[in-house]
Amino acid sequence: MSVTALGLVPNDEDRSAAPRSTPRKRARSTFIAVNAFDLVGAAVAGFSITILISRLTALSGLIGLFFLAMGLFLVTYTVLVSLREDGVAVRDAVMTVFLACAALVAFGALTLVIVYTIWRGLAALRHINFYDHDLSSAGPTSPLTKGGVAHALVGTLWQVGIALVLSAPLGILTAVYLDQSRSRFSNFVRTVVNAMTALPSILAGLFIYAFWILTLGFQFSGLAAGLALTVMMLPYIVRTSDLVLRLVPTELREASEALGAPRWRTVWHVVLPTARSGLVTSVILGLARGIGEIAPVLLVAGYTTYMNADPLHEPQVSLPLVAFKLVASGIPTYAERGYGAAALLLLLILILFIIARVIGGFGPGHMSARQRRRAQRVSKRYLARIKSSIGPDAAAPGGIQ
Amino acid sequence: MVILDAPPLSAGTPPTTRRRVIRSVSESGDRTFRAITLTGAVVVIGVMLGIGVFLGLKAWPALVVAKFRFLTTQVWEPDDHVFGIGGVLPNTILIALVALAVSIPVSLGLSLFISEIAPKRLQRALILVVDLMAAVPSVVYALWGFNYLQGHTIGVSRFLATWFGWIPIFRVVGPASGNILGSSNAFTASTFIVGLCVSLMVIPIQCSVMREAFSRAPVGEREAAYALGGTRWGMIRTVVLPFGRGGIIGGTMLGLGRALGETITVLLIISPVYRINWHILQTGGNSISALIGALYGDASKFGTSALMAAGAALFILTLGINFVASTIVGRSRAGSARPV
Repeated sequence: MSVTALGLVPNDEDRSAAPRSTPRKRARSTFIAVNAFDLVGAAVAGFSITILISRLTALSGLIGLFFLAMGLFLVTYTVLVSLREDGVAVRDAVMTVFLACAALVAFGALTLVIVYTIWRGLAALRHINFYDHDLSSAGPTSPLTKGGVAHALVGTLWQVGIALVLSAPLGILTAVYLDQSRSRFSNFVRTVVNAMTALPSILAGLFIYAFWILTLGFQFSGLAAGLALTVMMLPYIVRTSDLVLRLVPTELREASEALGAPRWRTVWHVVLPTARSGLVTSVILGLARGIGEIAPVLLVAGYTTYMNADPLHEPQVSLPLVAFKLVASGIPTYAERGYGAAALLLLLILILFIIARVIGGFGPGHMSARQRRRAQRVSKRYLARIKSSIGPDAAAPGGIQ
Repeated sequence: MVILDAPPLSAGTPPTTRRRVIRSVSESGDRTFRAITLTGAVVVIGVMLGIGVFLGLKAWPALVVAKFRFLTTQVWEPDDHVFGIGGVLPNTILIALVALAVSIPVSLGLSLFISEIAPKRLQRALILVVDLMAAVPSVVYALWGFNYLQGHTIGVSRFLATWFGWIPIFRVVGPASGNILGSSNAFTASTFIVGLCVSLMVIPIQCSVMREAFSRAPVGEREAAYALGGTRWGMIRTVVLPFGRGGIIGGTMLGLGRALGETITVLLIISPVYRINWHILQTGGNSISALIGALYGDASKFGTSALMAAGAALFILTLGINFVASTIVGRSRAGSARPV
């Protein structure tokens, strides 16, 4: 029985039949023209006073002027609003505009960072050789048509690949342990892992340097860099996977156990498939974080301008490290290539991010159309089997009770 | 555990005096499964604890030589056995504080704007963008700060030094003090510029923690505030902000931990000094991670040990901050925030 049938809420016909007391639709928008005048007026005033001040004092540079203009805009806006409204309304209006300004500053700055990097990198990205040559042939005066960062691309793939192969299974295994176990030890693991998610990445590199290179005596290599990235990515993957597994509905687990499934079957056939998209997302975002890190790699991978496809021996560089070293060198043509490498890195991360969103956009238990059809087919098969096993009576229309 | 003292409800069975013992019988598959997952957890915890253990082990030779002077010495000459983080540690903290001073108001405003003011569709887009910003690698921020921000910030530095130089931290000592036309060299590579750049990295992290906490403020309390005639800002001030206090503190601390450990930006922009430099606008500063990144290559065996000691100090500092942060967030009403 619907709510409407109970007469609690009039349905559309009732409402249209009743005589209207007010012929005009009520305006519910809080935005009125005077607000717009206030905003525009304050913006113009802020801009003008900023120009005046910049002429009178030594303030120069776009950033400083921008913040000054924003501050003056807020002050002017406060004055304008307080001409009409009382204290509470003024505070509301001013704080709303202030929060919008904070958002504008943050997005403005962050967009500037990304656009600037890609803009500076375009010069290098335009040349094909940037993608399939290493830097060994490019001297300080070589044009951008010579040399590239292929060696760094290969290095990044190896190092991140090693880190992925090690950290994803280990991380998810630990998350499953945390999900299944309620002991003092599991609490300890969770606490330590949570604290380690914000570990400065250079300490991950320093640890591998102390353990792998100084104590065990291995050399600088891509493998060592991969290990350092693993140490860095591991807590992140464990923590996010742990949270994803907690979202799996208890009913599903209980249904599985009530059917007599042992723990491992419940985890393997119910918990993990339900949380699949979330787990993939957590691994990909961990990967996106690892791919851009320099600090751990800086200490243990060494630096080279030559192609080195062997992760076990000899130094091997990655994209962020090349970007850093080239820009820090201060040589203009190198810096251009450095920005190219940074832009390439940004694009890689963007792709990873999009993949993560496409996969992880669904909550636990969400199925695509194909998955749903497959599940329905399996259910029908089960139904047929059940019907045939309990005899013709149950197969009558009406189905199983 | 179920213990039945009363006679069983079903009339058919005779009453028994034996207690029923319920025990879970794990089959061999389950035992294997448990062993495998436990192994994974033990490996992970081993690696995490190994960081502390190995840093400590490798730092020991240096710490034995330096003793407590390690915390006060403002020189870094490990080969002469004169070294310490007395200058580098305060400079590290100074960079982090500058970063937080900028990032806290901005990320607070941004997260409130996203969770309270932006319309639904814009809200989703903004959340996506903030998450993407959090994934932008630090080297990108570092390059931007080095080549763009530095040039555009010197004007601000000079303005602050000229008009607010009477505040001790804004004072610039040297040829440029009080001289508007002075060369801009005194203002480059300063703690202030690095702090600004690091603040940009920290904003998305802080914002996502804070927004998560704000968005969990109960609808009932929000509507109660509106029903009492409150404005939107009144509602935010009396409901959202008190509710999200744990998220604000936790996000701030997480940002602090990140700012303390930032390596590449500091390494690229700052001109390193080993003494305390309180004048944040003036050239020169340092951080522990930049110290390690800059010196590990040419360090002798003992020098490496000294760097490990510095790393151990950073380790303890950030770990302490993270523990405090997660405790505060966990105890707050908003509950544990999402991962960063």
